[in-house]
Amino acid sequence: MTKVQKIINDPENIVAEVIDGLVLASHGRLRKLEDAPALLRTDIEPGKVALLVGGGSGHEPMYSAYVGKGLADASVCGNIFASPPPNHIHAATVAADQGKGVLYVYGNYAGDVMNFDMAAEMAAEDGIEVRTVLVNDDVATDRPEDRRGIGGAFYIVKIAGAACAEAQSLDEAEAVVRKAQASTRTIGVALRAGSLPETGEPTFELGEGEIEIGLGVHGEPGVERSALMPADELTEKMIDRLVNDLPFGRGDRVAMLLNNLGATTQMELLIVNRKARQILADKGIEVARTDIGAYFTSQEMAGFSITLIRLDEELERLIEAPCESLPFTQR
Amino acid sequence: MSDRLTVDQTKAALVAAADAIIASTERLTKADQAIGDGDHGLGMARGMKAAKEALDKKPAATVGDLFKSFGMAIVSTSGGASGAVFGTLFTGAGKVLTADTLDAEGFATALAEGQKAVQARGKAEPGHKTMLDALAPAAEAARANAAAGLPAAARAAATAAGEGVERTKDMVAQFGRARTLGDRALGHPDPGAISVTIILDAFASTIEG
Repeated sequence: MTKVQKIINDPENIVAEVIDGLVLASHGRLRKLEDAPALLRTDIEPGKVALLVGGGSGHEPMYSAYVGKGLADASVCGNIFASPPPNHIHAATVAADQGKGVLYVYGNYAGDVMNFDMAAEMAAEDGIEVRTVLVNDDVATDRPEDRRGIGGAFYIVKIAGAACAEAQSLDEAEAVVRKAQASTRTIGVALRAGSLPETGEPTFELGEGEIEIGLGVHGEPGVERSALMPADELTEKMIDRLVNDLPFGRGDRVAMLLNNLGATTQMELLIVNRKARQILADKGIEVARTDIGAYFTSQEMAGFSITLIRLDEELERLIEAPCESLPFTQR
Repeated sequence: MSDRLTVDQTKAALVAAADAIIASTERLTKADQAIGDGDHGLGMARGMKAAKEALDKKPAATVGDLFKSFGMAIVSTSGGASGAVFGTLFTGAGKVLTADTLDAEGFATALAEGQKAVQARGKAEPGHKTMLDALAPAAEAARANAAAGLPAAARAAATAAGEGVERTKDMVAQFGRARTLGDRALGHPDPGAISVTIILDAFASTIEG
């Protein structure tokens, strides 16, 4: 197996160098925490409910870069594909807290849950209240409590950012983010693995001409491995699985995210978008908003995911609210 | 053969355990690539390097102090599920080791307490194809052989852990990333269980001198 080439320095320094890059790109709006690989807004509004996001690195821009006005107040960066440790999460929690408590939003993976829970216990000892909403949008897992957090994280973080900006209390922010969590579903497909930068080796193997529907962002196996098929056929399979899961139905208003997992072209995603809209229109589901791009990647994995979130008036207002960050800004 | 380890001897045993993990990085990486995302070896090695250094930095009055420093360093530097689980194993074990020596009774109690702490943190149970499938039989064997002295108890624990690793090959994962593999994980041992065995084996070998 030939090693995948990447433009990096010492693999040990990847996370620190990515953080430095983000801080410089923010032009003063972000700072690195002194003693932890975490990013913090320099202009957190005093007295607001704080939003902290985080997880393993290697999925840029998720979660590290979605820090800014109207988004997260802090992000904590683990090593590649590994949860950050509790002491780092705790340090960022203390720095982000403005006296109203801290909402944690991160993906539902065993390692993340253990480490963030430990950090929340440490914060509680400091008198900082923490609530947690897990991103668990991946329909490729049978048991809902096992569901992983993938592309839908973008909508959850966007809504959580807007909710925390206006909420009077941690309770209020948590409630609306829970509603967003319950309304979001995602299905992915992979055509080729990404690789671990430390080793240059792929995180999984797919045969020549094979694809896997539901494959996870770290190479966790999905629901169906098959031969490559035309875009329309694949889109139909994926949308059907999504729509039947929530289920989404006639009269629903949704936002749709087509997320590039790293190496898929905009060309392909636009072709998928065309078919997805036809199918959803046939089912009487109205797409009120479309996002297409690389929001949650897995190194150079080829593939994409489709996320649908059912909108009510409140969620639509929050998703459309202004925000600022390097990867995503809207006015 | 020593039936009672001093603080310094316990430190040597922990260092040996850390070195054994570091030396097994590639084996653990390969095992994790088969059923996980392949980061177990690197994470464990990173944590164990820091854990060794922590033992030199902080003075220890009791054996438990050593275990706690060792575990905290793993939690803080390994990251991922491995860091939380293995860090909790050592800090949990450290809580009951309040003496300045380690004997068979202390060893057996520490393993049992470590197991309890890991289960409380991770919510997994024996049979789920996790490190608990090596740790639980090891704790049981240490308890059953406690009367035979520390070297016998430590060796029995290591042997039972190794047998536990073999049994994980026939298990379908119920926890962690391997869980999503379903039947595809059959035939592969759990990497965390292998790590438990490596640690206990190095510990037993040091005691045996």
